[in-house]
Amino acid sequence: MLAYAAKRICLALLVALTVSIISFGLLRLSGDLAQALAGQSSTAADVEALRKAYGLDQPLTVQYLEWAGKVLAGDFGDSFFFKEPVAAMLAQRLPVTMLLGASALTFALVLAVPLGVVAAMRPNSWIDRLALTLAVLGQALPSFWFALMLMIVFGLTLRWLPISGTGTWQHFVMPSIALGYYATPAIMRLTRAGMMEVMASDYIRTARAKGLRMPTVLFKHALRNAVIPVVALAAVQFGFMLGGSIVIETIFALHGVGYLAWESITRADFPVVQAIVLVLASIYVVLTLLADLLNAFLDPRIRIA
Amino acid sequence: MTAEALDSAKILEPSPVTQLRRRIFGHAGFLFGAIVIAAMLAMALLAPLLAPYDPYDQDLARRVINPIWHDDGKWAHPLGTDQLGRDYLSRVIYGVRISLLIGFATMIISGVLGTALGVVAGYFGGRVDMVITFLITTRLSMPVVLVALAVVALVGGSLTVVISVLGLLLWDRFAVVMRSATMQVRALDYVAAAQAIGCSAARIVTTEIMPNILNALIVVATLEMAHAILLEAALSFLGLGVQPPLPSWGLMVAEGKEYMFFSPWLITIPGVALFLLVLAINLLGDGIRDITAPENRN
Amino acid sequence: MSVILDVQALDVRIPLAQGMLHPVRDVSFAVERGETLCIVGESGCGKSLTSLALMDLLPRRAERRAARLIFAGEDLTRASEARMTDLRGNKMAMIFQEPMTSLNPSYSIGNQLEEALLRHRRIGRREATDRAIYLLEKVGITAAASRLTQYPHQLSGGLRQRVMIAMALMCGPDLIIADEPTTALDVTIQAQILHLLAQLQREFKMGLILITHDLGIVARVATRVAVMYAGQIVETGTVAELFARPLHPYTQGLLRCIPVPGRTKRGTHLGSIPGIVPNLIGDLVGCSFHNRCEHAYESCAATDVSQREIAPGRAYRCLLTAEQCAANAAKAAA
Repeated sequence: MLAYAAKRICLALLVALTVSIISFGLLRLSGDLAQALAGQSSTAADVEALRKAYGLDQPLTVQYLEWAGKVLAGDFGDSFFFKEPVAAMLAQRLPVTMLLGASALTFALVLAVPLGVVAAMRPNSWIDRLALTLAVLGQALPSFWFALMLMIVFGLTLRWLPISGTGTWQHFVMPSIALGYYATPAIMRLTRAGMMEVMASDYIRTARAKGLRMPTVLFKHALRNAVIPVVALAAVQFGFMLGGSIVIETIFALHGVGYLAWESITRADFPVVQAIVLVLASIYVVLTLLADLLNAFLDPRIRIA
Repeated sequence: MTAEALDSAKILEPSPVTQLRRRIFGHAGFLFGAIVIAAMLAMALLAPLLAPYDPYDQDLARRVINPIWHDDGKWAHPLGTDQLGRDYLSRVIYGVRISLLIGFATMIISGVLGTALGVVAGYFGGRVDMVITFLITTRLSMPVVLVALAVVALVGGSLTVVISVLGLLLWDRFAVVMRSATMQVRALDYVAAAQAIGCSAARIVTTEIMPNILNALIVVATLEMAHAILLEAALSFLGLGVQPPLPSWGLMVAEGKEYMFFSPWLITIPGVALFLLVLAINLLGDGIRDITAPENRN
Repeated sequence: MSVILDVQALDVRIPLAQGMLHPVRDVSFAVERGETLCIVGESGCGKSLTSLALMDLLPRRAERRAARLIFAGEDLTRASEARMTDLRGNKMAMIFQEPMTSLNPSYSIGNQLEEALLRHRRIGRREATDRAIYLLEKVGITAAASRLTQYPHQLSGGLRQRVMIAMALMCGPDLIIADEPTTALDVTIQAQILHLLAQLQREFKMGLILITHDLGIVARVATRVAVMYAGQIVETGTVAELFARPLHPYTQGLLRCIPVPGRTKRGTHLGSIPGIVPNLIGDLVGCSFHNRCEHAYESCAATDVSQREIAPGRAYRCLLTAEQCAANAAKAAA
């Protein structure tokens, strides 16, 4: 387990390093930074002065190392547009996105896992067919369009839920559904396949031969083994949701990182974009790392090797 | 049962062609997908003949006319007109060209890239595999929508840019699936036999491995095509995909969004078109998997 | 001795796309406390499904019918699923063929052993642990206490099968059904496990149904034998009677297939039974063995054959008389 964990952590660090180089490159690609910092009405002398002041005349490797050092200390530089530290902006917006991601994932899991289990218990029954049909339809639904449809039905026609803003928990209901439904087909299929495979296994027959009651067989012996791959998938899906939050937050004007990313891209505020790419990628790396470690912990064949 | 009875049972077993035909026509999803895609392809090819108007023709006197199912709908514009007075039916018909083009071109680029990486990783294993696995992991950690938006913002939005960006971003699933499929095939005896008689790696990959991973490749290709179409629509919806006045369905939803309170059909129509196309592609992919490898069906 | 299990006319049917599969047909036998009944037959003859039918663990689609199914005085044909759950693992236990996959990889050996006892008895975890250690020692596992915290993947196949046996014994059952418990194991370990099963069966005075295709095993451990062919029991008797004087042509054929040291001459061909097992979908008319039987008459294909009981516990399923059967056997041996 320790050797496995060490190897896995090394990989995560390497990926994080590569991602940081890519997002560093992103800002450099966006044009002359000194010019951008100085603004449209600046003189050539101003620009040169800024270039010196920010170390932009140094070789790229030196610039990268300096930048990376600052990032590790929590300094992502200043926003071109707001002229304030990016870190502070992120700290303010990140909780909203994390909350949105968490509630979307919860929605997906609460819907998909029981559906997958029931479908596996009664293969080819009406509920199995219904679940599979929902999965197929769900996978083809464009999320931005689904979000707008939710808005029209629940926000405008029924007036049950607010259509934009961040104020209350009600503001999170539609965005969570719009973001979370896209993950349900994959989770449901995996749960269903896992449960079917496990329920047909010899050790489930053993458990039944011991006279264990059905709930014990299902929840202790079957689900435990069937959800191991679902854990990893859920982590990956959470990462995708953070990425997808850019669409959903923009539609619902939810003031999270995704909305900030879109605003910053349209304002060409690249230090912010760069920081968001880096932060979201890092969260994904950490999540998948945790999921893999949790997986290893849940499976004694890896835990005690 | 006697020996003769057994023989007659064998004779009664239908030929492989008949079996395949039965599986195709017994698979409702595949049939639906195939029919919808055929219709969409015909629409794309025959767009100038089918569309009643030029999709770019504005007529400010005829803005936001309701579609035919409304009381004041007119047969002149069966799906109504948009906020610039352009015929919506014509725009929807031309829109399928953009979605299919983006889906297909992206799928080709990412498919070539991902398959090459996956097959190389799976065939050679060892360090090569480690490096490629690392590339896949890195790629997966980059949020697709965000990176695509940022790059489009930097370079400027156009059909070519969107296709290139998505093509360079969506190769991960090809690589993952092709890698494990290649590994499985590589472990089989006939590959060892081919190596034993001195075939080159390139020859083994093209003649022994590729034919056996083709099924998986087709399934991933359809999934990724659908994925690319959805992503293009999302990017265009956010204003950083293909640019107006191209009739991209995603862009049409974005343009109709301001009017969605009073004219919700402006966003439901392109949305339904998008949904149908993606659904059909996914069903076709699932169908191909079920029909060619029924034993893998869960 | 008292009868612990009495089975009369057990049938199992499974609806398939190709028709109704009828893999267990009119199976009747009884097991007494303290005896070992071996059910012998080739693969696909219905012996495993028979054992699952007794435990009511058949696949969901399968349908079980029996004229009589009495376990320890209780009619199991009328028992509810809840009642069966109470009996399983408690009064009747089962050992499966595949020790490698029959234990849950996610839980420790101790957890899986104690589970059955905690389910069926009102006792604490401490006592359950004590019983688990006692039984692990009984099945010949050293350092039993330390094994409890181990996981299945840490044990060899032989050890896992010992654990499975201990698990079956946890509640002190009246009947154990062992379905080919040694097939998946090395030959050297097979003997140890069988010896262990036979010894435990005597010590705890249980009934044991041992399902196997290995006549060598039967000769060593059985009290009585039931030979199955195509879903039917074609012959039953004590192990001595059956080996000395096999009546049914199929039993005779089976016995000719095994070499006997000292009796089988060097250079002679071992027997084999030509032909194939009949398809078990749909109704069988006539004797199920008629198409492979060297003594078959035309009437064998047309007449249904029922069990002929020639003495208590000694029966066979053939149109020929016992004398004719014995004469055929003698002819074949000569």
